[in-house]
Amino acid sequence: MGLVREFTKGLWDEIPPFRLVLGLCPTLAVTKTLKDGLGMGLAVIFVLLCSNVLISILRNIIPPKVRIACYIVVIATFVVIVELVMQAFTYELYQDLGIFIPLIVVNCIVLGRAEAFASKNGVLASAADGLGIGVGFTLSLTVLGSIREALGCGTLSLKIPFTDISHVYNLFGPSFKPFAFMVSAPGAFICLGMLLCLMNIIGNLKKS
Amino acid sequence: MSDYLLMAISAIFINNILLAQYLGNCPFLGVSKKMDTATGMGMAVIFVLTLAGVITWIIDVYLLCPMDLVYLRTIVFILVIAALVQFVEIFLKKMVPALYAGLGIFLPLITTNCAVFGVAVINVREGFNFMEALVFSFTSAVGFALALVLMAGLRERMATARIPQVLEGTAIGLVTAGFMSLAFLGFMGMV
Repeated sequence: MGLVREFTKGLWDEIPPFRLVLGLCPTLAVTKTLKDGLGMGLAVIFVLLCSNVLISILRNIIPPKVRIACYIVVIATFVVIVELVMQAFTYELYQDLGIFIPLIVVNCIVLGRAEAFASKNGVLASAADGLGIGVGFTLSLTVLGSIREALGCGTLSLKIPFTDISHVYNLFGPSFKPFAFMVSAPGAFICLGMLLCLMNIIGNLKKS
Repeated sequence: MSDYLLMAISAIFINNILLAQYLGNCPFLGVSKKMDTATGMGMAVIFVLTLAGVITWIIDVYLLCPMDLVYLRTIVFILVIAALVQFVEIFLKKMVPALYAGLGIFLPLITTNCAVFGVAVINVREGFNFMEALVFSFTSAVGFALALVLMAGLRERMATARIPQVLEGTAIGLVTAGFMSLAFLGFMGMV
């Protein structure tokens, strides 16, 4: 029961980046299209899960004074793994995400979970927490990516990394005029702000 | 010389690191509620980012590339930045206590500021030479500070405005950032 709870809290109660306002940079930058958002989300799930597990295993060995530096080294190691694997197998995605793959190192979500959760809890609980927060983050990125791509380009491009599954759905037909604002920087900020507002409205409705 | 000037204008206004390149957004929304904290953070970032940009460039060009260790870039850069922030903190505490008191808690926060790490990576990915790396790091940081201070001014005004309850806090911050970003888009095509 406890493990399920640790997992599901990442999907609504503490869903990043809405409830935990952390890790905004990749959220804004890689959600131009659905496939980029999904790819980034998967990379973050891997790093978050592995770093949470490893830090939880090492939590009694790491001296408290230098813990942040240790966490960063652990996280950076997994990020390098992701970076090299993506470069080798999903080169197109690697090019699209560009600088934001190495930037997972300084993604506050990953370090935040290490400090707030994995350093105090057991391995299984940390794994569930990492997976839950990671899946929540991926959900947010996919939703944001879908909205921005649908309005900004009129398409939805789905591509699952490491497989041949790849589709581009044309949503609105040939007469659609793309709302290019949505795929530019200001559109990213405003779209995220509006989603946050929507989540607040839903939260209020649930309360009352 | 004019190349550097163009680079500076581009980094401050056109490709502003916060509003066009989406780097460093967490502190942008986190510490922009008050003008003095925003100024403190802006100064701390200018100081550390310039140093970090130059030092990581030197390490990359003279250490990692000749020894064929480029795949270690991510780990090395983040460690260098973390160590540099610690060093700057100790140095300022001993030598310039006034500045240290001014920057206060913002120094340690900079380690996880993606703007610092991002600029370090951009410097080497773009293949800048030393002067370009220096100018780019410094002016990117100036752009960061400028956007942060402008945002703080807006948010201080918003504190007294009537904002719909569901938009309070981060949501209105993001929408404001969006409009600022729209304004900065107006500089596009200037260079």
